[in-house]
Amino acid sequence: MSGVGRFLRLAEEGRVSVVFHFDGEITIAKQGDTVITAILMSGQSLRPSDSGPEHRAGFCLMGACQDCWIWQESGPRLRACTTEIIDGMRLTSKAPVGWPDLERSR
Amino acid sequence: MSRVLIVGAGPAGVRAAETLVQAGLRPVVVDEGLRAGGQIYRRTFVRSERTSRTLYGAEADKAEAVHAVFDRLVADDHVRFHSQTSVIALQDGVAYLLGPEGAITFAYDRLILATGAMDRVMPLPGWQGAGVYTLGAAQIALKSQGVALGRRMVLAGSGPLLTLVAVQLIKAGGRVEAVLDTAPLRTQLRGGLGMALARPWVTLRGAMMRAGLGRRYHAGVRLDRIETDATGPVALHWRNARGEARSSPCDAVALGWHLRAETHLADLAGVSFEWNAVYAQWLPKSDEMGRAAEAVYLAGDGARLLGADAAESAGRVAATACLRDMGRPASDLAPDLRRLRRLARFAASLQRAFPWPAEMARALPDDTVLCRCEGISAGALRATVDLSGPEANRAKSLSRVGMGRCQGRYCQLAAAEVIAGQAAMPVSEVGRLRSQPPARPAPVSAFLGR
Repeated sequence: MSGVGRFLRLAEEGRVSVVFHFDGEITIAKQGDTVITAILMSGQSLRPSDSGPEHRAGFCLMGACQDCWIWQESGPRLRACTTEIIDGMRLTSKAPVGWPDLERSR
Repeated sequence: MSRVLIVGAGPAGVRAAETLVQAGLRPVVVDEGLRAGGQIYRRTFVRSERTSRTLYGAEADKAEAVHAVFDRLVADDHVRFHSQTSVIALQDGVAYLLGPEGAITFAYDRLILATGAMDRVMPLPGWQGAGVYTLGAAQIALKSQGVALGRRMVLAGSGPLLTLVAVQLIKAGGRVEAVLDTAPLRTQLRGGLGMALARPWVTLRGAMMRAGLGRRYHAGVRLDRIETDATGPVALHWRNARGEARSSPCDAVALGWHLRAETHLADLAGVSFEWNAVYAQWLPKSDEMGRAAEAVYLAGDGARLLGADAAESAGRVAATACLRDMGRPASDLAPDLRRLRRLARFAASLQRAFPWPAEMARALPDDTVLCRCEGISAGALRATVDLSGPEANRAKSLSRVGMGRCQGRYCQLAAAEVIAGQAAMPVSEVGRLRSQPPARPAPVSAFLGR
């Protein structure tokens, strides 16, 4: 997948590629990218909003606002702005099937 | 009795650790980053192709020195460093940590908090959409990742970071459509005089950077709204100093009005707070040495928003206070204290030059999302004032403003102004949101079985 991403790379084009999955799609990023950079280089958002119609794509990028927590297919969530992308990661914008969706049903 | 915990490995935490090690202690240092440096001297995950000069500009030597000092302390095993680790809670001399080793507890005798600061943000209609970020985010994206947040960016807010980020983005090849400063030129000139007296070269450098922005830069603007479509920002609508409507097309917006001290852990550690009219926010109380509560010391922007150079001094000063309180000999602090006083004069003038636009919060339309975590409108918050009175914590309980993911870090100052405006009273009388643990989201499983 390589749609037009939200972020634009201005430097360090030479880092080696990393392949990961986001919402089931094979996605390519670069080693040293944070998860948020990796996703937003080819996508527009990280997750649906908890409370409104809009999507979310992070806010502070310094681990303070907690906007960018997304899911791993294996269950635990991670904070996308402070976590490095690793080859083979399987990430999702929504809770894995079987998780009670507390945020949506509140 | 020598278990000292330092939270934060930015300039303040690094210098505090160095000072303790020089006195023969072996402090434990916790930081959320992979490598020391803090936000200001943040490092990339992998070795960067860019030079320090490219990454940190005029501050490159300072950044390299801070990195080198700390890397040496770790390599020589003089400190125990828990990287990528968050402090979740502090209670009765025990820190609850969460990091790569899972959940661990650490009992400390003395605590030095060097938790830094975050952007201070003013909500405006449309800010909840994807593609709206903080100015700090724009800088971090560029510095630590080499990316721009969008293809056409508008930067808005006030303060030195506004100009600096714009210049850095343009230099790196990013496209900045407009730089919108809510500070009128007259306050900038008035405050600028005091800035120039305290730090002439820094002030001159800032003025030259600003001049380089040319017609992109606008002073004294009023920000009306961010227009968005299904994917994100389309334009930022604003008014110039003459009140004429303007709009700047964009696909990303970065907002920031100076900084807000990160004080969550100081609050949990029992430090008391006072309203600071110069910085227009609640700040923790401490003496000149950083003593803030029994065996609790504060250093850097988490205590006083004086910037990175001051943070290095404050880190040394707080560690020295800690050593003196332990009955250990400590070095002379006069040069650091003098430097802090000079930098405080500069910072106060800076605040006057680029003020927090409190009136903007009071004038927000009722349907503006005020708390972006929970999607609560300014009108919903105003409605609580009639029910429970103008008090921040009661308003939080009723409206959920400040109860979401960020725990009010980004909305509480604006929210307090909204409450104060509704009740027609000074913001300092609205009160301060009490911090609750956990300071960061934590899985329940991490603390089960304790």
